[in-house]
Amino acid sequence: MEKENAPHSHSARPNSLVTIADHSREKIEYLIQMAQEFERHPNRRLLEGRIVATLFFEPSTRTRLSFETAANRLGARVIGFADPKVTSGTKGETLKDTIMMVSNYADIIVMRHYLEGAARYASEIAPVPIVNAGDGANQHPSQTMLDLYTIYQTQGTLDNLDIYLVGDLKYGRTVHSMLTAMHHFHPTFHFIAPEELAMPEMYKQFCREHGIRYVEHTEFNADVISGADILYMTRVQRERFTDLMEYERVKDRYLLKLGMLSKARPNMKILHPLPRVNEIEYSIDENPHAYYFEQARNGLYTRQALLCDALGITLDDVRNDKTLIEN
Amino acid sequence: MKKQLLVAAIENGTVIDHIPAEKLFAVVNLLHLESMKTAVTIGYNLQSEGMGTKSIIKMADKFFTDEELNQLAVICPNLTLCIIRDYEIVEKRTVCLPDELRGIVRCTNPKCITNNEPMRTHFHLHGSNALKCHYCNTVVSLDDVRLVERP
Repeated sequence: MEKENAPHSHSARPNSLVTIADHSREKIEYLIQMAQEFERHPNRRLLEGRIVATLFFEPSTRTRLSFETAANRLGARVIGFADPKVTSGTKGETLKDTIMMVSNYADIIVMRHYLEGAARYASEIAPVPIVNAGDGANQHPSQTMLDLYTIYQTQGTLDNLDIYLVGDLKYGRTVHSMLTAMHHFHPTFHFIAPEELAMPEMYKQFCREHGIRYVEHTEFNADVISGADILYMTRVQRERFTDLMEYERVKDRYLLKLGMLSKARPNMKILHPLPRVNEIEYSIDENPHAYYFEQARNGLYTRQALLCDALGITLDDVRNDKTLIEN
Repeated sequence: MKKQLLVAAIENGTVIDHIPAEKLFAVVNLLHLESMKTAVTIGYNLQSEGMGTKSIIKMADKFFTDEELNQLAVICPNLTLCIIRDYEIVEKRTVCLPDELRGIVRCTNPKCITNNEPMRTHFHLHGSNALKCHYCNTVVSLDDVRLVERP
């Protein structure tokens, strides 16, 4: 999972964000501090005069709105497309040509693509920074940053936490990225999943190589989750199962019900990358352990930090910013 | 009866011996031998005491860079090469898998950008027996490697 340094001619631009795996502990903490500044004062003119392009070769309304809000609240103007059907890609234009064309207009490109590795490639060819807003099943670093920010916000630290990952741990991009990013912070992971969607061996190997403790469970109940600081829920999707009988057997075993929170630690928070279907009972929304909507809001602050960092704006610049817009 | 080489000796150039017979054409492709202007002698399915059958390639007046030769390790990890000068072997070399491979190996992930965009593939050595795609992070065992098809 570690990336080797590529020669200069094939290197990503230093300020591009392709994967959270490229970030050190210090860099993650730095971005969290920057996001805290934006949480205090989200409305500024820091990016006035800049143009942010949002290129969504695959629709993702939630992520796009979050990035575009982040850009707008910092005074940038936004161009781009939300629907790949309107792009020249449908006429056979290469990704390279689209990226080179848009680079003439925008100062930074936020890109979502259905192909894996698209963001890495774009970052190697574009003369402007690329921010990866998801490339297929590969990476989604802004989601990971907002997850880390939320964990820090709710626990006051990222160190030595008990993090319980529930649901689809086989295909879930967010849980893989979180596992990779959290290795700097000595967590203990608990993997709770049906056998068909268990954490892949390569990630368990990653844990062993980095001295990360992990425990695997197939049961999901109040006792199992009583030791959690963070309960990270994901959706068990029907289409992931080759055996539909197996899906029918396990689908309701990974639903979080209000009664299961009776033994939870007081500091425990429930996170979910959303959208939720039925895996968290709606009555939990009012419970103090529920934190998934606040988590989604944190996407704004962390994406403000990621845009500024990619554009070369430092934490000091943000702290000394005189462009605050008071509401 | 005395055993004789079925292919003639060369004055100067490179000899690649002990190629597993079935890997011959992959080696020919990788080294772009079809575009060579000097004499190339190819022996296929030759008897070999150690290997059963083997292939051999002799290239007159042709010397490769380390980078070019190390690419061969992707398909034949234990290949031996002889550098010939004035009919004598002046250097014996074994190939060594490089840390990075560009434009040689195809990614097995159909959703990888390299399989959908006119661009060079790029792999990093991953452990001792696998390659990892620089773009989509797919890990490919050396036993399952497929080479990029050339136009």
